[in-house]
Amino acid sequence: MIPEALALSAVLFTIGTIGVLTRRNAIVIFMCVELMLNAVNLTFVALSKLYGVTGQVFVVFVMTVAAAEAAVGLAIIIAIFRHGQTVNLKNINLLKG
Amino acid sequence: MPMPGLPVQEAAGAAHPLAGTFAEWIWLVPVLPFVGFVINGLLSLVPATRLGPADPSEGGDGHAHVEHAGGTAHDDAHHHPARHPYARLVSLIGPAVLALAFAVTAGIFGVLAGAHAEAPFVRTLFPWIVTGSLHIDAALQVDQLSMVMAMVVTGVGFLIHVFSVGYMQDDPGYPRYFAYLNLFVFFMLVLVLGASYPVLFVGWEGVGLCSYLLIGYWYSDKANADAGKKAFVMNRIGDFGFLVAMFLLFAHLGTLDFVGVGSRASQLTEGGAVVTAIGLFFFLGCAGKSAQIPLYTWLPDAMAGPTPVSALIHAATMVTAGVYLVARSAVLFSLTPVASLTVALIGAITAIFAATIGLKQWDIKKVLAYSTVSQLGYMFIGVGVGAYAAGVFHLLTHAFFKALLFLGSGSVIFAMHRALHHTGSHADAQDMRNMGGLRAYLPWTFGLMWIATLAIAGIPPFSGFFSKDEILASVFARASHSTLADASLLGIPGSALLMVIYVLGLAAALLTAIYMTRMMLYTFHGPNRTGEAERAHLGEAPWVMTGPLVVLGVLSVAGGLLNLPAFMGSLSQTLHHWLEPVTGEAALRITQGEEAHLALGTEGALIGIAVLIAVGGIVYAFMRLKPAVLLPKDQSPEAHGFERVLEHKYYVDEIYDRTVVKPVVGISTRILWKGMDAGLIDGLLVNGSGYLMRGLGWMGARLQSGQVGTYAWVLVIGVLAVLGAFSIS
Repeated sequence: MIPEALALSAVLFTIGTIGVLTRRNAIVIFMCVELMLNAVNLTFVALSKLYGVTGQVFVVFVMTVAAAEAAVGLAIIIAIFRHGQTVNLKNINLLKG
Repeated sequence: MPMPGLPVQEAAGAAHPLAGTFAEWIWLVPVLPFVGFVINGLLSLVPATRLGPADPSEGGDGHAHVEHAGGTAHDDAHHHPARHPYARLVSLIGPAVLALAFAVTAGIFGVLAGAHAEAPFVRTLFPWIVTGSLHIDAALQVDQLSMVMAMVVTGVGFLIHVFSVGYMQDDPGYPRYFAYLNLFVFFMLVLVLGASYPVLFVGWEGVGLCSYLLIGYWYSDKANADAGKKAFVMNRIGDFGFLVAMFLLFAHLGTLDFVGVGSRASQLTEGGAVVTAIGLFFFLGCAGKSAQIPLYTWLPDAMAGPTPVSALIHAATMVTAGVYLVARSAVLFSLTPVASLTVALIGAITAIFAATIGLKQWDIKKVLAYSTVSQLGYMFIGVGVGAYAAGVFHLLTHAFFKALLFLGSGSVIFAMHRALHHTGSHADAQDMRNMGGLRAYLPWTFGLMWIATLAIAGIPPFSGFFSKDEILASVFARASHSTLADASLLGIPGSALLMVIYVLGLAAALLTAIYMTRMMLYTFHGPNRTGEAERAHLGEAPWVMTGPLVVLGVLSVAGGLLNLPAFMGSLSQTLHHWLEPVTGEAALRITQGEEAHLALGTEGALIGIAVLIAVGGIVYAFMRLKPAVLLPKDQSPEAHGFERVLEHKYYVDEIYDRTVVKPVVGISTRILWKGMDAGLIDGLLVNGSGYLMRGLGWMGARLQSGQVGTYAWVLVIGVLAVLGAFSIS
């Protein structure tokens, strides 16, 4: 059971990573980041079978942080949209050196 | 009166006869002038207020309008007399601290005279430099030599301070002047009282600083500021020698205090390279401070300072520091005939060289300046041939009569300046061609300066006769029997060299008589050349200025009593015997263990020759020079031939300018400034590192594209690289 769960987790994580790297829409990238986080959660849960309950506790933490991150992240994205009428990252380079 | 809590270091044995006596208070002597410096320095921060009407012809007493007496600055401020608000307080404090210091010195002198101390008494104040095997205390030394010097410095210094009260009274920088003067006396006392070479060196540098400050006292005139700079830089060359000598001394003896050096000097090989090098390097320092060839050119320029400064610093005290140093290091110099002969030879050459220049100078202070250089040469002849007492004796008498001459010239310049000021004339107040016939207007100055002239020319029974004769007799005696006569310098046997020095000394004495008489003739005799309008305002200076002249006049006459020639019986050779604990051993080493006594007939003949030469010089000057036909400066014809060379001081300044100053300035400008500083440091290092950082920043900015996607790619590739590296290992 555990190897399958870990394999699924790896697949999810890779999909999320590829999404972050290739997509331009901030919302989609954001969702891909969530996917990556949940892939890691899956690993934690799977391995907690072997190593005890710590992994599950960690998952709760990750989800809490992810929720907070989602709130802040979405707020930023909305602010950016209000500023430039776009959430396409190609057009957002305010931090250019 | 022992000071509780302060350690007293004994020079030798358990209890020095001076321990616990008034000599414990020796520290008061330098501290008193320093207190004066602090108070006057603080008062000088208060600005001067303008007094009296702007037009000097209106109201007020005569000399209230003489400002910058002796100076050459003729700016607008000149016509607005500005007496400092605290001038009276300063006039009190400035001389008073000197009077107190003199009183303390005299007291300790008395104690020392009564104690018959063979070893010096060292009063340790506090540890100063303690590191490794080097241990230097801030300590003062009471011995026969240091107390004689301290008496001269405080005594003559006091008289010159009093004179300055009159001379500088209407200068707006009056408290600043006295602050510098007090500071000078402080450092000079540190110099003569210091118990080790480093302490002496502190005083040595300090007097150099004060000399610089006072030469450039009227700094708004660039020539004066330049003269100060010149003195400072030339002294630096000498100080290099002093420092090297100290390093050598410490490296080979491991101690720097006089007592230690005195007891360990025998460890050095007699006549060896080390002690010779130490002697020659010390003498380089002396040549700078005491204006000997080749470093003498700063002293005539130093006359840019106020005349009392010339009297105190550049005639009576500071410039004799070199002579003092040689006498203080007698134990070292007596071990090295080569260095001793060099000292005497350079002294003799300087004496004759400066005397010839003095023959053709027109500025009254320049005559005296070259005369000082020449007389300092005389002193070096004395200490060079190992007649340390004779050298110090000439130092004393010279302090008296040269201070008198300078203050007298100050009095003359003061009168000339006042007279010229009344009519608004811009004629040179220091040029003898503009003077003449001042005898009628300045009778006191006239008489007193003649006394000093006879003293410096060597006419008996004035003081200069005895000291000069003592030096010449010592040279003559040592030419036949001494370590110097047996040694040789540059292949020339010492005995022949000493005879040459003797002849040069005689020739310098002749020239001294001539140029001093010339100065007196052109200044005081003949018709007056100042002009009708000015003549009415010529007159003697106030008594605060003439008084010190009278005291110095008495000393110039009677100074010879300090050290009468040996054949005069029990009262003779007082100073010689007095200094015996300090320099006696060294002098005996040079004379190979015997007291240098000439046969009575020989000594009489030598005195006869010296007097004949001095009288001859004066008579020659009287017959040859015609003050009656001399023209004022602006009508005088140009000199020709050798006279012109003399008037231009052998063009030494020009030669130095071409050979030293110009190349140094050229190298400094082209290589050090434009090449090193502007090119290497500013260009390559400072600006170069700036350009480098800017380039790196430009590259960094290109990386910072603002594209989050790019960053994410970089991040992922980085993570993969790290993970890859881990999994490979």
